[in-house]
Amino acid sequence: MSDPRLSELALDGLWKNNPALVQVLGLCPLLAISNTTVNAIGLAIATLVTLLVSNGVVSLIRDWVRAEVRLPVYVMVIASVVTIIELIMNAHFHELYNTLGIFIPLIVTNCIIIARAEGFASRHGFGVSMFDGLMMGLGFGLVLVVLGGMRELIGFGTLLDGADQLFGPIAIDWGVRILPEQMTFLLALMPPGAFIGLALLVAFKQAIDQRSARRARAAQAARSPEPAAEAVG
Amino acid sequence: MKFPVQTSPHVEARSNVADMMTVVLWALVPGTVAAIWLLGWGVLFNVALAIGAAWLTEALMLWLRARPFQPALSDRSVLITGWILALCLPNLAPWWLPVVGAVFAVVVAKQLYGGIGYNLFNPAMVGYVVLLVSFPEAMTRWGAPIEGGAASLTLIEAAQWTFFGMLPGTTGFDALSQATPLDQWRMVATQGGDVTGAGLSIWQGGGWSIWLNLAFLAGGAWMFYRGAIRWHIPVAMVAGVLLTAALLWGIDPDRFADPLFHLVTGGVIFGALFVATDPVTASTTPRGRLVFGFGIGVLAVLIRSFGNYPDGVAFAILLMNLAVPLIDYYTQPPVFGRKHRVGSDTEGR
Repeated sequence: MSDPRLSELALDGLWKNNPALVQVLGLCPLLAISNTTVNAIGLAIATLVTLLVSNGVVSLIRDWVRAEVRLPVYVMVIASVVTIIELIMNAHFHELYNTLGIFIPLIVTNCIIIARAEGFASRHGFGVSMFDGLMMGLGFGLVLVVLGGMRELIGFGTLLDGADQLFGPIAIDWGVRILPEQMTFLLALMPPGAFIGLALLVAFKQAIDQRSARRARAAQAARSPEPAAEAVG
Repeated sequence: MKFPVQTSPHVEARSNVADMMTVVLWALVPGTVAAIWLLGWGVLFNVALAIGAAWLTEALMLWLRARPFQPALSDRSVLITGWILALCLPNLAPWWLPVVGAVFAVVVAKQLYGGIGYNLFNPAMVGYVVLLVSFPEAMTRWGAPIEGGAASLTLIEAAQWTFFGMLPGTTGFDALSQATPLDQWRMVATQGGDVTGAGLSIWQGGGWSIWLNLAFLAGGAWMFYRGAIRWHIPVAMVAGVLLTAALLWGIDPDRFADPLFHLVTGGVIFGALFVATDPVTASTTPRGRLVFGFGIGVLAVLIRSFGNYPDGVAFAILLMNLAVPLIDYYTQPPVFGRKHRVGSDTEGR
């Protein structure tokens, strides 16, 4: 199979085939950990690194793994990567590690990672697979961070509160209060808030897509009026 | 089964959503008047604000969804959503509370599901529960009943409190507010106190809630007389409340409240008559209605007794709303002329 172009991979991961907004994979961490921006960034980075490394490793070993046992082998690879990341986070970002809790080991079960390993990395070369992991991880992470920002802003009225857990003492006053405390809407922090927030993001993406599709059709109609009119009719 | 055949001319019966909703609107009047009488002018502001916000939100959502304004705006269903929500809110609520609740109810629980007839959950209850979990402090601003000798606010003073949070001169908020009977019971029960010894009987200083419930009952009787509701759901729900409460009370009368207390406090009567009977979100088969109502009654008492919130009627109604498709599936009456139920295993053999 020939390798796809890098720009296509980037567009796929970030927008067209976004893991969170289109494939809707890995909902459990996406909904549970997106209650503050800092938590979301922490989990986004952990997931991104996992995707990057596991895609790379799976791509390297793809010719030596028999098809019958490939899934258990991939899961072992992913579990090893996650364990390494978990230990690193426990050592260097201990508070964040405690906040994220079970969701760091649970990255193993995040469907995006096994989906990319099985669906992409096991069929493509090392470099392309790493790039795919990077783009898919970025796509997932960006949605996670945007959702986390939305929920923290509406639920707590702050943004980036507790950034020192992730970025060290230099970030101790990165957190800003945007809404006064009386104006916060607790629902955003609860599970329904996560579902409603994600639904809004998915709807927003669909709206943009439909709009650009309409524009493209209109532009095409302007260039060659007759065939387009036929198609509409 | 007999079907008496009448010869023409037939009496023409016009029945539409707007007429039925008008019956419900009139039925809400006695309870609302009683609530204003017993709990003060704040109730009136709640009703006006919630209805206004609900109606405007409905219009805005119809415009955004590019749907026709008629008949959705004139069928009065959205007025009832706002009104029912308002009657659940505390009488000393700030102005934004009914507004936020009504907007959420109409936008998320009604219009995003597709408008009237398509909503899975009762919009008013969704709005109420969202307010309850999101604004716990504002949702406890219950003023003492006027009959109980509490300081009462005049219309102007109540307006100043609702819209600007200002109280007249020397009156403090604490002088006005009081724990509701359910809050009191909960406090005593969770602290391991003796419920019966704490004077928590409805007959001691709780007479106002009986008057309020009688007013709601009058409205319910009107709806029943006009055929807007049937007896199944309210009766089954009250039976569920009484049976479950009696069972718990029989096990440990020191810890659990007596059945009559459960019946007249909180939203049981109001919920049974006005909320659980919502034609869209309730079960639609006769036996299904009984199951639906009974389930709400049982769940309401269980949530009150073991849950985190003082009243459980709203949660119980939403939970049973969720079960309605299942209930309807298993309680389909047999098609006329057939022995077996539709959907049962023996069909088609």
